[in-house]
Amino acid sequence: MNTVFHSVNLDKSKCLGCMNCIKRCPTQAIRVRHGKATIISERCIDCGECIRICPHHAKTAKTDSLSMIEDYKYKIALPAPSLYGQFRNLEDVNIVLTALLELGFDSVFEVARGAEVVSDATRKLVEKGGLKKPIISSACPAVIRLIRVSYPELIDNLLKLETPMEESAFLARKEAEEKTGLPQEDIGVFFITPCPAKITAIKSPLCADKSNVSGAIAISDIYPKLLHKMKHLENVQELNQASKAGVRWAVSCGEAYSAGINNYIAADGIENVIKILEEIEDDKLNDIDFIELNACTGGCIGGCLTITNNFVARTRLKALKKFVQDTDNKINNEDELKEIGWKGELEPASVLKVADNVTDAMKFMNQVEEMVKTFPGLDCGTCGAPTCRALAEDIVRGYANVDHCIFRLKQEMEKNPNTNNDDIEKMIPVPFRGTIDEEKLKWT
Amino acid sequence: MQDTVKLHFDVSGNDFTCAGEASGKIKRTLKQLGFDISLVRNVAIAVYEAEINMVIHADGGVIDVDIDSDCITVVLKDRGPGIPDIELAMKEGYSTAPENVRMLGFGAGMGLPNIKKYTDEMNIDTVIGVGTTITLKVYNK
Ligand SMILES: Nc1ncnc2c1ncn2[C@@H]1O[C@H](COP(=O)(O)OP(=O)(O)O)[C@@H](O)[C@H]1O
Ligand code: SF4
Ligand SMILES: [Mg+2]
Repeated sequence: MNTVFHSVNLDKSKCLGCMNCIKRCPTQAIRVRHGKATIISERCIDCGECIRICPHHAKTAKTDSLSMIEDYKYKIALPAPSLYGQFRNLEDVNIVLTALLELGFDSVFEVARGAEVVSDATRKLVEKGGLKKPIISSACPAVIRLIRVSYPELIDNLLKLETPMEESAFLARKEAEEKTGLPQEDIGVFFITPCPAKITAIKSPLCADKSNVSGAIAISDIYPKLLHKMKHLENVQELNQASKAGVRWAVSCGEAYSAGINNYIAADGIENVIKILEEIEDDKLNDIDFIELNACTGGCIGGCLTITNNFVARTRLKALKKFVQDTDNKINNEDELKEIGWKGELEPASVLKVADNVTDAMKFMNQVEEMVKTFPGLDCGTCGAPTCRALAEDIVRGYANVDHCIFRLKQEMEKNPNTNNDDIEKMIPVPFRGTIDEEKLKWT
Repeated sequence: MQDTVKLHFDVSGNDFTCAGEASGKIKRTLKQLGFDISLVRNVAIAVYEAEINMVIHADGGVIDVDIDSDCITVVLKDRGPGIPDIELAMKEGYSTAPENVRMLGFGAGMGLPNIKKYTDEMNIDTVIGVGTTITLKVYNK
C-alpha cells in the first residue's frame, strides 16, 4: 500500500512564504523555511484547508486533465453529487449528464447511485447491530486520514464500507465490461471530484490495493467546458438513475438521512470534526448511534475544488426537481453486503507519538516543556512554525534552531557588548516591540 | 535524566468557557507520550470531572500532574467551601449545583462517582471553609 502520494501540493514558484497556511493546517503539517512553505508528508491529511486559504494559489491539488480520458477505449464519467449544486437555474440533472457525454465520455454513472447502495448497506449493518458505537462514517477520506494520524483508537468505530465513489466505480466497471466486452485496462473511470482528499484516496488507497477509479478531474476544471456544452445541448437524454436520497450525500446530514438514522450527529468543517472526535475519544457520545463527519463546511458541496459557494450550492441542489423516484441502487444479498466492506485493515499512523517508549517520550516532553518556557508564547509564526510549542518540538526533534525565534535571536545579539540595543529593538516586528516580558524569556 | 513529566495548570472559577482546558491538555500530553488510549481516556474523564467541580463548586484552583511511566498522579487543589459530607457527595445523583449551573448541563451528580470509577485511587482531603484537595492515581498496567 502506497501512502506517500498526496494530492495537495505546493507550487514553489507561487509561494511567497506567508504565514496563512501554517496557521490554518489542522494537523500542523506546514512549516515555512527559506521563504517557502513545506508540507510534512506524514502529517498531511489532504483536507485542502491550505488550498482554500492560500492567497497566492500556491497550494494546488494534483488532478488529472480531461484529455487523459483519451487513453482509454471506453470512458466513464463518475459525477459527484456535489457537481449538481454548481449550476444556476438547473432543474434537471439530465442536462449535466448529457453534457458530460458531449465532452467525450461514453457513459455516465452517478456517484449518487453508489451513495444509495452505501446507505442501504449502512442501514442493514446498523440494524444487524454489533458495531462499536458511536459508528463513525467513513465517507470523507480527509476524516479517515485525520483519525488515522490523530485519533487511531477510533479506527474501531469506523463504518468499514467503501465510499460511494469506490462503489460507483466498481458497479460502473461491471456494467461496462458486460456491455462492451472490453478488458479492464481499456475501461477508464473518471471521478469528477470536489476535493483533493478523494484524489488521494484514489491514488493511494489505505484499505485496498488499488482503486477502481482511473483518474480524477476537478469540478473547477471541468466546469467551464461543461457549462458550455450544457448551453448548447440539442436533446437531453434521460440518464439519471439516482434518487434524491443519494444526491443528498453532497450536503452534511445527507448520509444519516439517506440511511434513515435518527439518533445521529453530523459535523462539518474540520475544526468541528476535531471537536466531535475529541468528545468521542472522551467517551462522551456513547449514547449516539451514528456520526457523520465532513471535513468541508456544509459537506462535499464545500469541497475546495468546487466553484459555487457551499451555502449557495445547498439551495441550488434543493432546486433540482426531476429525479427518478424508485431506484434499485440497493444491497440485494449477504454477498453484496460483504463485497462492499473494506478489503483491508486501516493501520494507525500515530504521528502524535514522540518516541517508541514512554521513557524516551518523557525525556522529549520535558525538553519541549523547558524550551517552550523560553519562548514568548506569541505564536506569531515568524519562525515558520504555527505555534511556539510547535517550534520547540521541531527544535527538540532536530529540525529547527533556537535562533529561528526572532525574540531569542534578539536576546542573543544583546549579549554582544558591541551592538546598539536600539538598533536591535527595531528588528522586532512593530506589534511586539517593547511588549515582551524579558523575565519570561529567561535562558534555561 | 528526568523520568517524570510534571504539568501545572491554574483553573479559574466560574468560567465555563475554559472548563476542560486542563484535562484536554493533559490528554494530549499523555497521547503524545504514547500511553495506552484506555489509560489516557480514564485520566481525561476523571480529571475533566474534577476540573469542572473546581469551577462550579470551588471558584477554581490549581492542578498538578505527575506523569511517571507506571503511574499518573493528579492533584487538584482548591480554596473552596469544602465538602461537608464526603459519603453523601460520592452518591450517584447527589448535587448541590445551583439552577443556573444545571441549565448549562452540569450538576448531574455523577462527577465524583465517575472519578472513582475511572481511577485506581482517589483521595479527598477537605476542610470546611478552607478547601478541598483531591488526589487521583491511575496506574499504567
Ligand atoms: N471541589 C469541590 N468543592 C466543594 N464541593 C464539591 C467539590 N466537588 C464536589 N463537591 C460537592 O459534591 C457534590 C457532588 O459532586 P459531583 O458528583 O461532581 O456532582 P455535581 O458536580 O454534578 O454536583 C457537588 O454537588 C458539591 O456539593
Ligand atoms: S467533505 Fe467531501 S469534499 Fe470535503 S474533503 Fe471530505 S470528501 Fe472531500
Ligand atoms: Mg461534578
